[in-house]
Amino acid sequence: MLRLEARAQPSRAMSVASPLIALALTVLIGVALFAVLGKDPLRGLQMFFVEPLKSGYALSELAIKATPLVLIALGLAVCFRANVWNIGAEGQFILGAIFAGGVAMQAQADTGRWIVVAILAAGVLGGMLWAGIVALLRDRFNANEILVSLMLVYVAVQLLGYLVYGPWKDPHGYNFPQTISFLEPTRIPRLVSGLRANVGVIVALVAALAVWAFMFRSFSGFALQVGGLAPAAARYAGFSSRRALWTALLLSGGLAGLAGALEAAGPLGQLTPHVPSGYGFAAIIVAFVGRLHPLGSVLSAVLMSMFYIGGELAQSRLGLPKSITGVFQGLLLFSLLACDTLIHYRVRRAGGAAAHEPARSGAAQGA
Amino acid sequence: MDTWALLIAATLNAGTVLAIAALGLLVNERAGVVNLGAEGLMLVAALAGFATAVHTGSDWLAFGAGALAGAALAAVFGVLVIWLNTNQYASGLALSLFGAGFSAFAGIRYTQEKLASRPHFEIPGLADLPFVGPALFRQHPMVYAAMLLSVALAWFLYRSRAGLVLRAVGESPESAHALGYPVRRIRLAAVVVGGALCGVAGAYLSVVYTPLWVEGMVAGKGWIALALTTFATWRPARVLLGAYLFGGVTMLQFQLQGEGVQIPSQLLTMLPYLATVLVLVLISRNPTWIRVNMPASLGKPFFPGS
Repeated sequence: MLRLEARAQPSRAMSVASPLIALALTVLIGVALFAVLGKDPLRGLQMFFVEPLKSGYALSELAIKATPLVLIALGLAVCFRANVWNIGAEGQFILGAIFAGGVAMQAQADTGRWIVVAILAAGVLGGMLWAGIVALLRDRFNANEILVSLMLVYVAVQLLGYLVYGPWKDPHGYNFPQTISFLEPTRIPRLVSGLRANVGVIVALVAALAVWAFMFRSFSGFALQVGGLAPAAARYAGFSSRRALWTALLLSGGLAGLAGALEAAGPLGQLTPHVPSGYGFAAIIVAFVGRLHPLGSVLSAVLMSMFYIGGELAQSRLGLPKSITGVFQGLLLFSLLACDTLIHYRVRRAGGAAAHEPARSGAAQGA
Repeated sequence: MDTWALLIAATLNAGTVLAIAALGLLVNERAGVVNLGAEGLMLVAALAGFATAVHTGSDWLAFGAGALAGAALAAVFGVLVIWLNTNQYASGLALSLFGAGFSAFAGIRYTQEKLASRPHFEIPGLADLPFVGPALFRQHPMVYAAMLLSVALAWFLYRSRAGLVLRAVGESPESAHALGYPVRRIRLAAVVVGGALCGVAGAYLSVVYTPLWVEGMVAGKGWIALALTTFATWRPARVLLGAYLFGGVTMLQFQLQGEGVQIPSQLLTMLPYLATVLVLVLISRNPTWIRVNMPASLGKPFFPGS
């Protein structure tokens, strides 16, 4: 029998190695899955890990998918570090898209390019509003933020549906549930002509730097993390838990809203019921796989985009359902959580040395 | 008069899905484990149940398949959080995300399938009573099973020794451990039972209530069931009541749409979700009330020997 023995200190090496082991496990299961489905596993892996990196076009598509994932995951990383369980980023993303769309639809053909800034600001505002509701209900009424933020996702989906089926429907759209196509001045500027990747990529990278600075170089970010790790210590130090709650939720809501605005005025160019595409949920995985660290989030967002594009390619070229992406995403998070055990514990044969005191406290597990 | 009877009948039917799932989650939570994976569990179980019903034509086998699927996934979750001490919230989320992805992936071929029309149930004699007959006595047996389950669970928790041990494990695992009870095994058993019940609820949804398979068809019912346990302050009878309340909100929405009320359907569809938020706010605003009723070790890991 094997048993777990608590390490005296969390292992730094394992903390880095764990996502890699988890990825390896996911790939192994993927290979088995391809084999079971009667597909060539090598070709399957090629779809996920080679094709998305092959050309400038492929890289541009990769960047388009990674941008919202990075932005949302950055905010979630702050939330989770503060022990604030915002899992409704999908809803905040949708509200960002709705607010951005509302501004974008006001544009005329001769409107200046400044409107892009207004669109993005509106998106941030929309996301903050939606997350602000969660913060308010948690702060004022003690309502569980997990359930409230999640319920608001469903509400946001319906709100979007109401708008595109109702008041915002394009009168010349053959009755399709969609808004007008946003006019040229509203479009997010592209990085290279001919490729869809836009300045959103730069926005996301700047945001990653900013969040890094906030987390590790600002007092407010420090206080927020102490509150997440050791609420009693934070209270003793006089750090306000209410402030941490509001900061984490408004920051993550704003970033998710920004992602929604970039998506609406970027690759989509109009609002349809298909704005919600699961980025808000996938970003939860991105944040965890990225170790709740800004740099890690960027890397794992790229990985997750490869899963997305790989899934699309597996559909068009191998005839597999696109939803295979969701299977791999779920598996990755599962394996990661299992591997993370090795950060705090080592595996020992039973009957060996007596167990030490576990180094973790209940609070450190965020539970 | 008749529409009211039908509305009551539909409410009970809609509430049954939530009731069975929430009673399952109640068992978990009484043992101290929060399973945020309920939504994913229910999706996989809904698919397993639907596929079984398509191939065998038997509802009861379908419920069994749903229970098995739910129990199996819950067991994976349970081993992760109870033995590997992974974060309960994150692991539950992983389960929800995996369940959504996996059921969408595996369920593609069933989206076109239809089930043969369901047999009509009635309780002889009672079903013909005016009003109460159509309102109460023409339901699928599972509706009555859910009611019995809440009574049985109340008896188990408050009147049986095993129930006392289960509650002890959720309130103070250290004490239970000191008395020699295998805390982690009891927690795992509770998680598996909870998963099985969520599975039955998922299968009931896809086989009887809807009846069809669509990607993402659970549509938040797993999360609403989680909210229900808080709403019910972890008491079986109140869970049942809460489930019917939410069933009623769902039905009210269909009723209003059916009567041609001039409210866009999307706004009506929001109702159950908004109701959940409202209920959470109302019930949570008194922190003492929650603290007194909540299992004291809910969500906290237990590592024997610490």
